[in-house]
Amino acid sequence: MDFSSFVVPTLLSAVAVYALFKKVDVYSALTTGAGEGLNVMIRILPALIGLLTAVYMFRASGAMAWFAQLLSPALEILGIPPETAALLLVRPVSGSGALAVGSDLIKSYGPDSYLGRVAAVMLGSTETTFYTIAVYFGAAGITKTRYTIPAALTADLAGFAAAAFAVRLFFGT
Amino acid sequence: MAMAWVWTIMVVLSLVFGLATGQMAAVGKAALEGAESAVELCIAMAGVICLWTGVMEIMSRCGLTEKLAKCFRPLLRRLLPRASRDTEALAAVSANLSANLLGLGNAATPLGIRAARRMARGCEGVASDELCRLVVLNTASIQLLPTTVAGVRAACGSAAPFDILPAVWLASILSVTAGLLMARLLSRVWRC
Repeated sequence: MDFSSFVVPTLLSAVAVYALFKKVDVYSALTTGAGEGLNVMIRILPALIGLLTAVYMFRASGAMAWFAQLLSPALEILGIPPETAALLLVRPVSGSGALAVGSDLIKSYGPDSYLGRVAAVMLGSTETTFYTIAVYFGAAGITKTRYTIPAALTADLAGFAAAAFAVRLFFGT
Repeated sequence: MAMAWVWTIMVVLSLVFGLATGQMAAVGKAALEGAESAVELCIAMAGVICLWTGVMEIMSRCGLTEKLAKCFRPLLRRLLPRASRDTEALAAVSANLSANLLGLGNAATPLGIRAARRMARGCEGVASDELCRLVVLNTASIQLLPTTVAGVRAACGSAAPFDILPAVWLASILSVTAGLLMARLLSRVWRC
């Protein structure tokens, strides 16, 4: 029994009890939300079809391995496994692209393997940086972004290195 | 448009590499497999993701999101001192932060935009230090429950899809800290 096995049941019951206490119709909220989730899934599916096609082709052609090898000396210094090179390149640019590359890594190495976990933690601890910057500054009418992009990319790179480090720390290799 | 380039380059490179390595048959087969696996993955993870969007809906309806937002105010007063003097900006930023933490991406973005607009007033198109910090906070994911990833792991047959939680939290904290430190460092040298 580890800590994470408590998270889901505890959270589900705590939220339900608190919401009922606040006189919220828990069940209708749950189903409405789940319906919205389905809309999200329908929105990502077309992008996933396009991107997974490209990712699978890229890997089968040997291009992925070539890029990984090219980047591996730099990645090794940071303790990042070179197999995740493609994920690092896509992550700041496209959310569904990162989901496609990451889920491919998780599937091919196994969700409970070292690499599968590192890919999952990378996906969970970083964001689609360029999209976020474009949306926020675009809406606020900012044209001179100064140091935002380098600072945000530093956060991404630190997140990737930290993901590999954290998985080694909690699960070993 | 960026994705149009990325996609085209990936497909063309696959063709070039396939020719060079003599793996053309595998590349052709992979294209079809990729499309097929996208549908499989979506169906396999839909259950977990919809369950969590349902739980998130309960949380926002019963006011848990607002409660969480209040907890952030002291932290935000230190991080964004000028914006914190504007009550409306502070409310928007803290709501943005708590929506991010709960993984309510769709709710977080409009709140963050509202905050950014208020904070950008009088900036004349140049990002202030606080505005840069707000955006860095939003580009570094700070999510308590990475539900999409857990959905993918569950779809791939993980024994415990959420067992990566502590690792995700640690990686997020380190990533946000690195981003904010870099922002602080660069703010001294990078003036418009």
